[in-house]
Amino acid sequence: MLVEALALSAVLFSIGVVGVLTRRNAIILFMCVELMLNAVNLSFVALSTLYGAAGQVFVVFTMTVAAAEAAVGLAIIIAIFRHVKTVNLQNINLLKG
Amino acid sequence: MNPAMIPEGAHPLASTIARFVWLLPLLPLLGFLINGTLAMLGVAKVGPADPSAGHGHAEEHGHGAAHGHDDHGHATRHKFAPIVSLVGPGVLVATFLLASGIFFAMRGVEMEHPYIQTLFAWMPVGDLQLNATLLLDPLSMVMIMVITGVGMLIHVFSVGYMQDDPGYPRYFAYLNLFVFFMLMLVLGGSYPLLFVGWEGVGLCSYLLIGFWFSDKANADAGKKAFIVNRIGDFGFLVAMFLMFANLGTLDVQGVAAKAAELPMGGVIATAIALFLFLGCTGKSAQIPLYVWLPDAMAGPTPVSALIHAATMVTAGVYLVARASGIFSMAPVAQLTVATVGALTAFFAATIGLKQWDIKKVLAYSTVSQLGYMFVGVGVGAYTAGIFHLVTHAFFKALLFLGSGSVIFAMHAAYHATHNHDDAQDMRNMGGLKKHMPVTFYLMWIATLAIAGIPLFSGFFSKDEILSSVFARAHHSTLAESSLLGIPGGTLLLVIYGLGLATALMTAIYMTRMMLYTFHGPNRTGAAEEPHLKEAPWVMTGPLVVLGALAAFGGWLNVPALLGAIGPVGGLEHWLEPVVGEATLRTTLGEPAHLSHSVELMLVSTAIIIAVVGIAFAVWRLKPAALVPKKDAPEATGFDRVLENKYYVDEGYDAAIVQPTVNVSRAVLWKGFDAGIIDGLFVNGSALLARAFGWMGSQLQTGQLGTYAWVLLIGVITLLGAFTFR
Repeated sequence: MLVEALALSAVLFSIGVVGVLTRRNAIILFMCVELMLNAVNLSFVALSTLYGAAGQVFVVFTMTVAAAEAAVGLAIIIAIFRHVKTVNLQNINLLKG
Repeated sequence: MNPAMIPEGAHPLASTIARFVWLLPLLPLLGFLINGTLAMLGVAKVGPADPSAGHGHAEEHGHGAAHGHDDHGHATRHKFAPIVSLVGPGVLVATFLLASGIFFAMRGVEMEHPYIQTLFAWMPVGDLQLNATLLLDPLSMVMIMVITGVGMLIHVFSVGYMQDDPGYPRYFAYLNLFVFFMLMLVLGGSYPLLFVGWEGVGLCSYLLIGFWFSDKANADAGKKAFIVNRIGDFGFLVAMFLMFANLGTLDVQGVAAKAAELPMGGVIATAIALFLFLGCTGKSAQIPLYVWLPDAMAGPTPVSALIHAATMVTAGVYLVARASGIFSMAPVAQLTVATVGALTAFFAATIGLKQWDIKKVLAYSTVSQLGYMFVGVGVGAYTAGIFHLVTHAFFKALLFLGSGSVIFAMHAAYHATHNHDDAQDMRNMGGLKKHMPVTFYLMWIATLAIAGIPLFSGFFSKDEILSSVFARAHHSTLAESSLLGIPGGTLLLVIYGLGLATALMTAIYMTRMMLYTFHGPNRTGAAEEPHLKEAPWVMTGPLVVLGALAAFGGWLNVPALLGAIGPVGGLEHWLEPVVGEATLRTTLGEPAHLSHSVELMLVSTAIIIAVVGIAFAVWRLKPAALVPKKDAPEATGFDRVLENKYYVDEGYDAAIVQPTVNVSRAVLWKGFDAGIIDGLFVNGSALLARAFGWMGSQLQTGQLGTYAWVLLIGVITLLGAFTFR
């Protein structure tokens, strides 16, 4: 059971990484980040069978932080959208050196 | 340490006034500090004099006295002038009185060893334990008497000559500082301390040549003097390095003692002596470094008298006498000194024949007479060289101050009529005899002295040099050695011949100067003539004293031939403890001796030459035929070459100055400074930083994807590193 859960977690995480690396839409990128977070949460829960309940507690923390992060992140995206009328990250490159 | 040295306290001079010898340099230094402070306090009110103001001509000469005026204003006498007039000459009077006291104390004791006074440890570095020591011996005593005595008279003269100059306190500050350094030079107990004085007088010379620095020609003349002297100073420094490396000491006496142990005519002694002499050619204006001295006449005339005639330029002669222990071990170096001296004497005298500027005549005459002194000390006749130094200080200071008095009068006359003519050109003078009788008679005394008319001072000293050369041509270490393949004996006879020729020309050009200045009709101008008048007593007073010295200075060292007129060989006996050993070494252990008839022949030759020279000048030169400078035709032929000083300055300019300037411009400035320093180092390092910055900035694409990739690669790398460690 543990192996399958960890494998799923790894697959989900990889999907998230590929999404972050390949997609250009900020919202989708954001969702991919959430996917990676939840993949990690899954592995925490799975591993708590071996190492005790601390992993499950961590999941609660992670979800709390993720919720806050989602709020802040979405707010930023909306602010950017208002400013440049796009959420395409290729067009948002003000930090170019 | 040198075995000849005895403890300070045990010296017979230690209980006399001579223990205050440290006060000698200190007094002028005090004067410098006071006058310097006053000069700085007063500078806000009156700036430096502008000598070209109201003159409207840009010659390098022609600026005599009374520079503070402009043509329409009144004299701007400095507000501190009364204090300065008291302090400036005052400290010199005090120094002279102290020096006289020490002199009489020294006469009273047996001066077998010099009196050494150690002031403080100066440079205790490893093997080099150098103390600041003052060395008082008969040689430095002679120099001190000349410096303080003649210096005092010139300080007094300056009170009159410079009275209306806005830079009055600054002038006396420099003059006092000069005397301080000059006394350090002659009192220095070690070569480095002597060198401090040597450099210090050079500094003061520079400051005083460029005293009226707002005229660029004067400032340039100062720079020229300073730079040319640096070449000589390099020689002095190398000589000191060689002394320390080979003899292990820099102490004057220690070097003399160690030098005596060197092999006769060895490489070390010769090298040290030649490098020392290179220093002398700079300071004492000998070929090839004499070119600065004529230009140095840009300074105030009393400065020319004190620094560029009587004292500083004779420092080289003093140095050779001081280092007689080394020179006497190196006959080749001695022959070089004598040859260079004779050539300089001859060469400068020919130039002096055709100069029109009264100070330039005297400047070339000084170069020529310095050559004479070097002939004296070069052939090992140190007493004769020093003797000529002393008598020359008397008559040349008198000539310069006399010319200063003439220029002062000329300047005042031109000033009164708002004329901008040249106050120093002899073609504008003439007939000054009736206007300035005191100056006239006194300058004739000096002229007769320098020409070598019997019983005047110059006769004795010049004759002694010439007879010394003649004697050593037959029996001395010099006659036995050779220079550049020429046997010493022959060379010395040639030098003797050159000396006679120089004596002849000296008589001619000095008579010429006197004729054109004082005799014949006046050429100053009809409007100016009534304004020509004798200088005030404060200027003529010192002239009278110098006149007496120039006339009777020869009694210091009367030759045996004329034993009837006074004590024989006074100076020779006086200097015997210092230079006696070195002199005897050159003359192979026995005093130079000429038979009575030979000596009589030499003396009569010298007298005939002097008389012939003066007579020839009087016969050939017609002051009445001379026209003022502005109407004078251009000289032609060889006269023109002489008037232009053989184009030596132009030659140096083309051969040394211009190449140096060009190399500096093309290589040092455009190549090294602009190319390497600015281009490679300054701009290069900026370019390098810029390149790295550009490379770094390329990482910042602004694309989130790129950063994510980089992050991923980094994480994988790290994980890999930890996993497959």
